[in-house]
Amino acid sequence: MKKTVFLGALTVAGLTAGVAGAATLDDIKARGKLNCGVTTGLVGFAAPDANGEWQGFDVAVCRAVAAAVLGDASAVEFVPTTGKTRFTALSSGEIDLLARNTTWTLSRDVDLKNEFIGVNYYDGQGFMVSKSLGVSSAKELNGATVCIQTGTTTELNLADFFRANDMEYEPVPIETNAEGQQQYLAGACDTYTTDASGLAATRATFENPTEHVILPEIISKEPLGPLVRHGDQEWGDIVRWTLNALIAAEEFGITSANIQDMASNGTDSPEVNRILGTEGNLGEMLGLEADWAVKAISAGGNYGELFEKHIGENTPVGLARGLNAQWKDGGLLYSPPFR
Amino acid sequence: MSEHSFVRTEMLPEQAPPATSIGVIGWMRENLFSGWLNSTLTVLSILFIYYVLSGVIPWTFQSVWNAGSLTECREIMNATWGDTHHACWAVIKDRWLQLLYGFYPPYPAYPSATVSTPPPEGWLPSYFRPNLALILLFVALAPVLFGRVPRQLLVVTAAYPFLMPWLLWGGTLWVPVMTAVGFALLFGIAKYGQSTLGALGSIIAAAVVALVWWLFLSGPVAGLFADIIPIRLPVVESRAFGGFMLSILIGVVAIGISLPIGIVLALGRQSDLMIVKTLCVGFIEFIRGVPLITLLFVASVLLNYFMPPGTNFDIIMRVMIMVTLFASAYMAEVIRGGLAALPKGQYEGADSLGLNYWQAQRLIIMPQALKISIPGIVSTFIGVFKDTTLVSIIGLLDPIGLSQSIRANQEWNGIYWELFAFIALLFFICCFGMSRYSMWLERKLQTGHR
Repeated sequence: MKKTVFLGALTVAGLTAGVAGAATLDDIKARGKLNCGVTTGLVGFAAPDANGEWQGFDVAVCRAVAAAVLGDASAVEFVPTTGKTRFTALSSGEIDLLARNTTWTLSRDVDLKNEFIGVNYYDGQGFMVSKSLGVSSAKELNGATVCIQTGTTTELNLADFFRANDMEYEPVPIETNAEGQQQYLAGACDTYTTDASGLAATRATFENPTEHVILPEIISKEPLGPLVRHGDQEWGDIVRWTLNALIAAEEFGITSANIQDMASNGTDSPEVNRILGTEGNLGEMLGLEADWAVKAISAGGNYGELFEKHIGENTPVGLARGLNAQWKDGGLLYSPPFR
Repeated sequence: MSEHSFVRTEMLPEQAPPATSIGVIGWMRENLFSGWLNSTLTVLSILFIYYVLSGVIPWTFQSVWNAGSLTECREIMNATWGDTHHACWAVIKDRWLQLLYGFYPPYPAYPSATVSTPPPEGWLPSYFRPNLALILLFVALAPVLFGRVPRQLLVVTAAYPFLMPWLLWGGTLWVPVMTAVGFALLFGIAKYGQSTLGALGSIIAAAVVALVWWLFLSGPVAGLFADIIPIRLPVVESRAFGGFMLSILIGVVAIGISLPIGIVLALGRQSDLMIVKTLCVGFIEFIRGVPLITLLFVASVLLNYFMPPGTNFDIIMRVMIMVTLFASAYMAEVIRGGLAALPKGQYEGADSLGLNYWQAQRLIIMPQALKISIPGIVSTFIGVFKDTTLVSIIGLLDPIGLSQSIRANQEWNGIYWELFAFIALLFFICCFGMSRYSMWLERKLQTGHR
């Protein structure tokens, strides 16, 4: 009897839930909110502040997309996901967009039926050691104990790197970055390996950051990017071109400070005008308002502004642009033309 | 009389016992230094305790409460004590509300208001709804837990399962009211339909009517009433739930529902009806055979695949169901232990009085079986309550999940023990309370069989 009641309540709850629509964009507009999957916490990329507001570099992508689609950068429902739940959350429709420092790999793109829409941060796996160890290259780490997060691509990269260089290591498995910090500081391992951005953020929290060095070798490619699920190319296009708009805005010098001025007075550059929607009908092609990119860029600024605000050299994370500089400055950021 | 009288004629005055066998010294000689082995162990233990406390106490109490970041904490520590081996409780001061309530809005009617900037016309204190739900929880539990509390309070107990979700999630009052009406129909028909429909018929009829009511009628009727008399609270999404509130919510629901389900399962397992018995045994053995974390992954991941895309079946609801099922299976086995411990004479005594099955269970078997099972039941409760922290693995922001989020802030990255210490304190208070209550209850129900 009790079980019957239980199943009844379950069915009621199931029936009252919404019915799926065809197009993601229509669903979001009807809902009035973008459901965006983020990590449960990664320094600089996504974390809730004391008021429960999510902040970070990945979060900024969500906000830009929400601004482009709904005209409101705060119309985002942030769904914290873990490494284990993220892809299911996306494929089941619980979230519309996953912006969770996810490495773009073939199997994730093809086998898991996702669509990576670009790269918002080019990362790579590195090593951190204490200066007292006297090591200046990762190739000198033969026989070292290595703190490594289990179940990640970093674990596989590490094995590959040591095998390729004919070296041996002893892994110290850890679960979270915070645990890794503690183990490394307590001397449980000689070196800590994870994405270089994570190492920089971790090192910044140490009492004496100068006593630790990040070795120059980067042993893997970790292009981190937002992704959507297969099956709705129009939605994928919107997210892709929102990210491209942020990148192109930096290239063309459109900032959150001057964008209103540029949009209302027009500029001499046709491409800038097309981005800002004062010329052409790019917004219409995407199924959005003409000033979609203006809203997206105004949400937090262009790519460079977001980088500086959340993970740049003036923040505790203190990352240099490196690979993430514009192509003109020797980096990899290269937005296809807005035409 | 003899001249050589060696017989004492007066009593010697009573003397105080030697100083080495009374008071503190005597107690220590008897208990701590009664032999060379015990003396050595005592000294070693004292040294060990001193070693631990000399590390923990200065760390805990020579601490920084006012700072905006870990770096600032360290600067203050260096300026005050010259080293940084001190607690930085500033993180708790900064985030304690988040650790307690998650992202639950302090003023649901005013989304932009925060605790430090209350809405101008708001007269209710911040976090009024979850706090009221917690207070009402104690009011509702009081008549169940303590015999001396007025019985009239049982009305609150009966209303609480419907009131609590309304307070926490908000929405119109008529939905919980109509759900309650469903239960009223269920029990009404089951009880008063027996004369016309027979025992089994009335139960089946009650279940059918209640299901039809819940599935098809209660929604529209609630909508109708909501149009006529709109009583509603601002809605708070499940996503906003978090922190210790989420732990308590999942824990209380699992504890509250698992006990009755566990009793039914335990009885079912001992039943003579083959199908009932097989179902109960299968359920119990299956649930006990898989780890809770697997069930949580099923709740979070697998159910998403089973249901049509876009279905938004509340994740907290899914988790509560899974944790409840898990607790029920364990509860059933604990209660079965109590049933097995009862002497056969009790069952036979009940039969000889002419009681039917349910009367015997209610009046004779269950009161004794439950009394025997109290330590086991409370153990299961405590275990379930602590297991709620596992939900952090599927991305719900319970205190453990939040501690990870808090550490991901640039201000507090690198902080570790302080957050865990605070969370441990919260859990300790609750679990210790439950444990003390169960000991009190055992003493109260002690009827001298042992």
